[in-house]
Formats: sequence, structure tokens, C-alpha cells
Amino acid sequence: MTEPTEGLQSEDNRSEGTGSTNNGDASVPRKAIPGAGLITGLATTFKTMMHRSHTVQYPDVAPVLPPRTRGVIALIEENCTVCMLCARECPDWCIYIDSHKETVPAGPEGGRDRTRNMLDQFDIDFSLCMYCGICIEVCPFDALEWSPEFEYAEYDIKDLLHDKTRLGQWVETIPAPVALDPAAEAPKEIALAEKAAAKKQAEQRTDPAKETAE
Amino acid sequence: MTWWLEVALRIVVIFGVFLTVPLLVGQMEHKAMAHMQGRLGPMAAGGFHGWAQLVADGVKFAQKESVVPAAADRKIFQLAPVVALLPYLVVLVTIPVGPGTQVGVDLDLGLFFVLAVLGVAVLGTLMGGWASANKYSLLGAVRTAAQLMAYELPLILSAASVAMAAGTLSLTGIVEQWRWYWLPMQLIGAFVFFTAGLAELQRPPFDMPVADSEIIFGAYTEYTGLRFAFFLLAEYAGIVVFCLLTTVLFLGGWHGPFADQQLGWLWTMLKTLALAFVVIWLRVSYPRLREDQLQKLAWTVLIPLSLAQLLITGVVKVL
Repeated sequence: MTEPTEGLQSEDNRSEGTGSTNNGDASVPRKAIPGAGLITGLATTFKTMMHRSHTVQYPDVAPVLPPRTRGVIALIEENCTVCMLCARECPDWCIYIDSHKETVPAGPEGGRDRTRNMLDQFDIDFSLCMYCGICIEVCPFDALEWSPEFEYAEYDIKDLLHDKTRLGQWVETIPAPVALDPAAEAPKEIALAEKAAAKKQAEQRTDPAKETAE
Repeated sequence: MTWWLEVALRIVVIFGVFLTVPLLVGQMEHKAMAHMQGRLGPMAAGGFHGWAQLVADGVKFAQKESVVPAAADRKIFQLAPVVALLPYLVVLVTIPVGPGTQVGVDLDLGLFFVLAVLGVAVLGTLMGGWASANKYSLLGAVRTAAQLMAYELPLILSAASVAMAAGTLSLTGIVEQWRWYWLPMQLIGAFVFFTAGLAELQRPPFDMPVADSEIIFGAYTEYTGLRFAFFLLAEYAGIVVFCLLTTVLFLGGWHGPFADQQLGWLWTMLKTLALAFVVIWLRVSYPRLREDQLQKLAWTVLIPLSLAQLLITGVVKVL
């Protein structure tokens, strides 16, 4: 009974030994000085004490928030077409939209009257919202945006239902888009435009040559 | 008349020290611990870096209702905080702070008296735990008792080594006899005394009698309001007293690099506060020992070490 287990153990040791000889060496000096771990513990706390603390004195000092902070959702009302995608995608159904249709009379040069959706109500209940951002992702017309504002706590839970004027007030707190990383690829639009410009330039360069040849 | 005046003055000074220095240590704990954990600690109370935090805490404790559980042994329950706190005040009377007459009462049996009275302080915790009629309190009290049993012996043995070296039990006598070479000679003793003192105070890493993750708050579980504040004050007064004692016995008390006679009390206070800082430092750095680890440390490490210290002192004394 003992032999196979010994064999197994030695095998284990061998297989470990190939990968972890360095670990074994590292643990030797630790064993050499008893209580070295205790000293390390004291040194760690003392070093931390000597450094600046990480605390931000929040109400007195505004926190430095990272870009794309999910504070509150802002509504740019003019962009909204009442497509209802946000309300339908919302996992906890905290967006309430109501609208009516209005006819826009036809222009002076013929054509026909057009109907248009007019937004009456756009409420987000922030007592239900879980800040997943799906509504913002799904909005085809960029009517919803994240704002980093977070100080909108209320005494009454009912007041956490922000209507469209309140949601519209957050718009001015939307930060400018974050600058791209210097090593990043150019945005799609710019890349396309540059490609087109380069093509045009190349054509112009070849055109005079063609003309002279002809 | 002048005698009465002097007695009154001494009482007032000692009482003042008893009420303020523990608060100083408490505030130091708040701030030092916070910074060791990368925090700021109290910043609001009192305006400047939260200096009045403990005053605010005191006011809060005074406002709270003092609840006595229905099943509790009322009288013992109410008496326990006083029993825990008072011995430290009594001990403070006999500790010399400066040279000459800068001591409440110079007792010939000072060391003996101090160690005897300090044992009483632990009784307060025991009484509180027993009288609370709460299983957590009882567990905490029993752990306290076990800890007291284990750590009183190394405490007394290491203190005895100093008394042996000085040839006197008087605390003032010990400080007067103190020479610089006692520092290396009594190093083991100092370590044992300080460690045993920590354990007797139930300070981390020896705080399993109040281990909040296991037994809520040990013997103090049922206490509220001012009585609880008394227990807390007793803990910090205990830190002050034990640091003072370690200073007096092992670090030369009022002896300093210069101006011993004039600035003696300052040297004592500086050493005491440095030791109090070490107490806080240890609390932040080390996790709590398990009950059996604590007992093992006391009986297999500290007692042999203190006996070895006695041997060293004896050999040096004879030579």
C-alpha cells in the first residue's frame, strides 16, 4: 500500500519540481529568519501611513470621474422620433413614452401632407433604472446620452421619476466625446473621407499626365 | 493646610491625566489607523482634522439609553464598568512620571501593588460577561479569564526580573536604579511584558475575548450608553497604564538624553506615547490569533522567555 503512494508522491514532486524550483528557492530565506513575515507586516502598514491617503473629501472636493461615467441619462428631445426602441429594450421597463401624431401640411410645390410623431411624455424612473445603458445603445438617433451627474438623490422615491424637461436639463452636463487614443484607428467617417480625398488627389496627379499624352 | 492642598493638587492632576491621555491615545488610534489603511480618519468633528471626534463620541454615548437586559444580574451588571475602569486610575497614582516627588504616592511595594490591582481590572470584564445573561457575553468573559490565567504569569515573571535587577519593588526606586545597559539586558523581558500587557488589555492581535466576527463584542455585547463608554475608556486607560509601566520598568522612565531633572515628565510621556503608537500599529498590522494559538504563545513561548530573562538578570546580578 505504501509503495504506490510513495511513487505517486515522488512523481508529484518531480512534476512540480520542473516548474517550481524557483518557488522552493524563494521560500528558503523566509524560513531562515523566523518572524520575518511579522516585520514585513509592520513595514507595510508604516509605508502606507507615510504615503498620501486615497480619500477624497467628497462634499468639499468634487470627485474626478472617469469619462463615460454612468451618472444619469439625458434626453435630447429634438432627436427623439418616438420609435419606442428604448422603452421596449429597457430590461426593467422604467421608460414611459407617450405621443400623438401631427400632420405637417404639404410644401408649396405639390407633394402631400406628412404625419409626424410629437413627443408628449418621456419619463425615466431612476428608482427602477439599473444603469445598463441599453436604451442609449439602442437609440438610432442619439437622443439619449450618459451624463456624469450623480447628485440627484431625493427624499421621496416618487421624485426619482424624471420627466422630459428634467431629462432635458441634464443635456448641458453631457461631456464632450473623449479624445481617441493616439494609437487608435481613425473613426470610420474620417477614415472614409481621407480615403476618398487620397483617391481624388491621385486622380488629379494622373490627369495632367493623361492630357499631355493625348 | 499645605499638605491638603498638595494632595488635592495631585488628585486633580492625576484625574486630569486619567481623563485626557486615554482620549489622546484614542484619537491617535483613529488617525494613525486610518492613515495606515490609506484613509484620513475623522475629519469633520471640531473642524481641524476631526480633533473633537472623541468628545463628540462621548456626547453621543451620554445621550444613549442605558439598557439593562431583563435577565441580567442588575447590580453586578451596573457595577462591572466601574470595576473595569477604576483600577487603572488607582494604578496611575503610583506610577512615577518624573524625578523626585513627581508621583502620586511612592509605595515601597509599588510594583507588587500595581500588578495586583491590574488583575482586578480584568474582573470587571468577567463580571460584565457573567451578569449579562447572554451566551456571547459569557463566552467572551470565559475567554478573558483564560487569557488572564495565561498572561498574568509571564507578566509577573518579566516584571520580577526588573525588580531583581533594581533590588527594589518601589517603582520610583526602579527608575532611579535604571542604567542604560538594562535596555539590552532586559530586552527579552520588555518584549514579554509588552506582549503580555497587550493580551491582558485584549488588544489585537490578542482580542479574541471581544472578537466581533465570532462573539459580537464579547463581555460588552449587552452594554449601551455611558456604561459601554466606561468599558471603552477602560481599554484606552489600560493602554496608557501599560505603556507607562513598560516605560517605567524597561525604558528608564524619566531618564532621557538630556535635562532629566527638568524635563523628566516629558521623556516619560514621549516614551509612553511611542509605545501607545506601537500598540496601535500592531493592531493594524496583525490579524487576530485563535484562542488555542494565544494559549500556546503564552505557555510555550512567553513563559520560557521570561524564565530565561530571570536567569540572565540573576547571572548579571551575581557577576
